[in-house]
Amino acid sequence: MSITVPAPDPALAAGLDCPLTVLDLDGTRLPNELLDPHLTDIDEHALTNLYVDMVRVRRLDVEAFALTRQGHLVLWPPLLGQEAAQVGPARALGEKDWVFGSYREHGFALLRGADMGEFSRIWKAYAHSGWDPQEIRMAPSQIIIGAQSLHGVGYAMAAKMDGADEVALTAFGDGATSEGDVNEALVWAASFQAPVVFLCQNNQYAISEPVGLQSGVPLALRPTGFGIPSMRVDGNDVLAMHAAARIAIDRARTGGGPTFIEAVTYRRGPHTTTDDPKRYRDEAEVEAWTAKDPIERVERALARCGANMEAVRAEAKIRADQLAKEFRAACEHAEPPTADEIFDNVYAQPSRRLERQRLEHRAFVSSIEAKA
Amino acid sequence: MTETLTMAKAINAALADSLDGDDRVLLMGEDIGKLGGVFRVTDGLQDRFGTQRVIDTPLAESAIIGTAIGMTYRDFRVVAEIQFDGFIYPAFDQIVAQVAKLHYRSQGRVKMPLTIRVPFGGAIGSVEHHSESPESYFAHTAGLRVVTASTPQEAYSTLRAAIQSDDPVLFFEPKGKYYTKGEVDRQIVRDLETANIVASGRDVTIAAYGPTVDTALRAAIAAADEGIEIEVIDLRSISPLDVDTVVESVQRTGRLIVTHEAPAESSVSSELIASVAERAFAHLEAAPERVTGYDTPYPPSAVEHEYLPSLDRLLDAVDRTLGRRNSRTDLDYAAVTGAAINDGAAR
Repeated sequence: MSITVPAPDPALAAGLDCPLTVLDLDGTRLPNELLDPHLTDIDEHALTNLYVDMVRVRRLDVEAFALTRQGHLVLWPPLLGQEAAQVGPARALGEKDWVFGSYREHGFALLRGADMGEFSRIWKAYAHSGWDPQEIRMAPSQIIIGAQSLHGVGYAMAAKMDGADEVALTAFGDGATSEGDVNEALVWAASFQAPVVFLCQNNQYAISEPVGLQSGVPLALRPTGFGIPSMRVDGNDVLAMHAAARIAIDRARTGGGPTFIEAVTYRRGPHTTTDDPKRYRDEAEVEAWTAKDPIERVERALARCGANMEAVRAEAKIRADQLAKEFRAACEHAEPPTADEIFDNVYAQPSRRLERQRLEHRAFVSSIEAKA
Repeated sequence: MTETLTMAKAINAALADSLDGDDRVLLMGEDIGKLGGVFRVTDGLQDRFGTQRVIDTPLAESAIIGTAIGMTYRDFRVVAEIQFDGFIYPAFDQIVAQVAKLHYRSQGRVKMPLTIRVPFGGAIGSVEHHSESPESYFAHTAGLRVVTASTPQEAYSTLRAAIQSDDPVLFFEPKGKYYTKGEVDRQIVRDLETANIVASGRDVTIAAYGPTVDTALRAAIAAADEGIEIEVIDLRSISPLDVDTVVESVQRTGRLIVTHEAPAESSVSSELIASVAERAFAHLEAAPERVTGYDTPYPPSAVEHEYLPSLDRLLDAVDRTLGRRNSRTDLDYAAVTGAAINDGAAR
């Protein structure tokens, strides 16, 4: 007996076998009926900007990885290889739109304008969050897998109730698609036609588990069962990602409801700096994906446009190095929280019971200091 | 000015007044709109305030709480209903890992003015999952306020305060008391952290909350016939727990009984007795007692009256704290625990 898979929205769910691509590996521009109309304003200058963004995101990632190895950060979940999957959508969002992401959304954090000094505090274990959510319109990063998808849908429902011209984008990985919360988020987004974009970065692994363990069908097929249009996009193609995100954001903003984007990409680094991917995947697989590098692809495209690549690379390097320098300085000079701060912000209205504990802890610390 | 209302109507009035007074307040839950809730607590509210403010949701408890969190980023004050105590567990992660921690996680920059209403407790003769008392799971979690009510007035005043609070509040409503009547003054909005002495007495303190407050008051009346004065404290807030009020009472009475429907193990009574032992040990004239649900899953309701704290079980505990003859006086624990520890337990 065969199982009939519901047909995806024919207008959007092209590329189920071969993800939607507009930049070929060699940098040639492939025509694409769906995406091209959303890229008409992307000239050499705009593509250069996306390139510089990706170079900066990668430089931040590489620097943070090194800082972890050098003991300045306690942990880092690298995004190496996923730069296009984040930069493309991040640059499609409006200033008032919101992002609800996981712990690997460094590209979004940087491009939304998070202060890198404060951002580094998360990964120094000095703080649980690294930016003011209302200021950059991005919720605190989320460690519980998929939990933020519901927050994004709730925000979108609220924006719709307020008649606000705003969109919520929620980012999560392939593993999250197995979580109840993501599935509930799809149900709710469809029921309430919430202006939300589901961005699934399918980086092929949930720590060690390959995506095939989460799903036997392309992840982009799943939302169609919920009545949500879906696109399967080459996540290493910043232009395809940018165009797909523009389509989804535009649908949301104009009352079209939710859209799902599966960004087919690859996590070239470990899950985090404590992970050992050699235990679960071959180096040859990593090399194959390295050949699909999202940044080199844009370099080739820019070269084909006739850009002065020496100048473009030099400019990108200056900005990336500056970012890395600032990030390193912030890491090296950050002040740890005080013990007293443990008790802060548990409640908006302080609790008598907790204030007793704070007092007791202070007394204990004083007694130790008096002995010393 | 007061009016006579059932607890269900008092809660309905608190919701209506909150919706009326603040246009950022909205209600979400299963069957709360057209049906008016399975207990009719939200009866008429959707007609009055519309489907945008009284929202019937799909059947997904985690999503009820998770989307409410997202709405708070736009300054909505969501009152979410979990239909029954035993249905709250799919939402546990969103409540404990998100709602409770977002203010802390964000260094105070994300407020979580979310109220989660949960009908709880037994004595309604229902089937499994409809009579539980899961409050301790949440009382154990820093960042959540967990409150209850014992009368229509308390229900009104507590819920108003919960909705106005910038902290997340779980409001456990004693569903067995939904249809008992009382006087309600709508001007009274209370704080969320103080217990209330509902009967004064010199001999024994009984601390109760929700449905057991009424049982404790009846015990006080019965004991008075024998010349024993019982002080009854309605804890109201079970997290944070108002230990101060209980300690002051025990300093006067020297005896403490804690009663609730939830099982005893790692419960509100565990916490309260430990706290009183820490702070009023020298004042205790007898070992503290507790009268609670047994450490079993909630039983079939045909025998729930045996499981739930009752007037007679409370009076039996009163006798124990006073060193009077009681059901355990001649009890031999040796058969189950070994003779070596068969000591003070049977007094």
